[in-house]
Amino acid sequence: MAAVVDPEIRVLTIDELGILRAVDEDPASGRVVVTITPTYTGCPAMDVIRADIRRALAAAGHPEAEIRTVHHPAWSTDWISESGRAKLAAAGIAPPSPVGAPGVVALTLAVRCPRCGSPETEQLSRFGSTACKALWRCRSCSEPFDHLKAL
Amino acid sequence: MNGPFEFALRLGDDALIAAQRLAEWTTRAPEMEEDVALANIALDQLGAARLLLTYAGELEGAGRDEDALAYLRGDREFRNCLLVELPNGDFAVTMAKLLVLSAYQLPLYTALAGCADERLAAIGAKARKESAYHLDHSSLWVKRLGDGTEESHRRMQAAVDQVWPYVAELFAPDPAAPIDPATLRPEFDATVADVLAEATLTPPETSWAPAGGRDGVHTEHLSYLLAEMQVLHRAHPGAAW
Repeated sequence: MAAVVDPEIRVLTIDELGILRAVDEDPASGRVVVTITPTYTGCPAMDVIRADIRRALAAAGHPEAEIRTVHHPAWSTDWISESGRAKLAAAGIAPPSPVGAPGVVALTLAVRCPRCGSPETEQLSRFGSTACKALWRCRSCSEPFDHLKAL
Repeated sequence: MNGPFEFALRLGDDALIAAQRLAEWTTRAPEMEEDVALANIALDQLGAARLLLTYAGELEGAGRDEDALAYLRGDREFRNCLLVELPNGDFAVTMAKLLVLSAYQLPLYTALAGCADERLAAIGAKARKESAYHLDHSSLWVKRLGDGTEESHRRMQAAVDQVWPYVAELFAPDPAAPIDPATLRPEFDATVADVLAEATLTPPETSWAPAGGRDGVHTEHLSYLLAEMQVLHRAHPGAAW
């Protein structure tokens, strides 16, 4: 289970990304019940994630597993683990800053370039290659990079 | 009349039709970043639509799922506001529409997050985070275009003037609904007044207030949109890829 990766950010496992909410065993049937939550409501990767979980559990001897999708509480980038943040940065994706009050778009001051570490960066577009990322550019090394938006 | 069903249907239809319209910009936006942005916003709207229509189907209890509600209803059965079905127009019109929609959806979803219905509360708590980004995006463009060149100012003002009559329908009082839209109007007014002021745009004064969407009486634009959205499912029921 812990080895299932996010299909669009393959350096992170679903646990590190915070979308794996619980793994339980149904006491009555003995079936494994996995609870997941989407990052964004329209995240198109959810079907692939469910299929990957199913495959991993079948390989581990639980072909009858049940996968539940919940939307409450809503996913937050604050749920990304420390190891997840480190892996994001190592993969060239600037990790999100902490989220402020609910409903408020957090100000992402000084997003550091994941390549050279410079704080001299600028946002090119607040919507990037996937729903959870924005496109940024480093003014020091000129490289564009993805930034996981605080949510 | 099933109150919560009707309410979930309205919100779900707003999001679904907005998603379909925004998706029309894909490969046609003024620049690649905007193409990606509009597609992402469309995807957010579609995500909210799926949750709301799924829930509406359960509330109705007639066995209709999200696909049945999206693909197998005629225009008179849709409950979306007229605003979202209007054609995209030029980029300024699209941004004026998105400003109005997101400045309405953000306080709506925020209020929903605190309502007694747990399902609606969960959807509201999730969707409001995305709405905040939509409002941010449309506000930036309205300000940039309004306070830009003479030509961009002219077109942004024309877009705001064109879209404004459709605002009234969004806030038509409905005291029986889980959230009465009329209670959201002050926050909406404050939000857009700030944006328009910074954009050097004049708030339109309009007495014409077209409505009817909530009763299934739509503009002709919705029929064409539905024809394109539904054709595949109607020709090949249950088609998947």
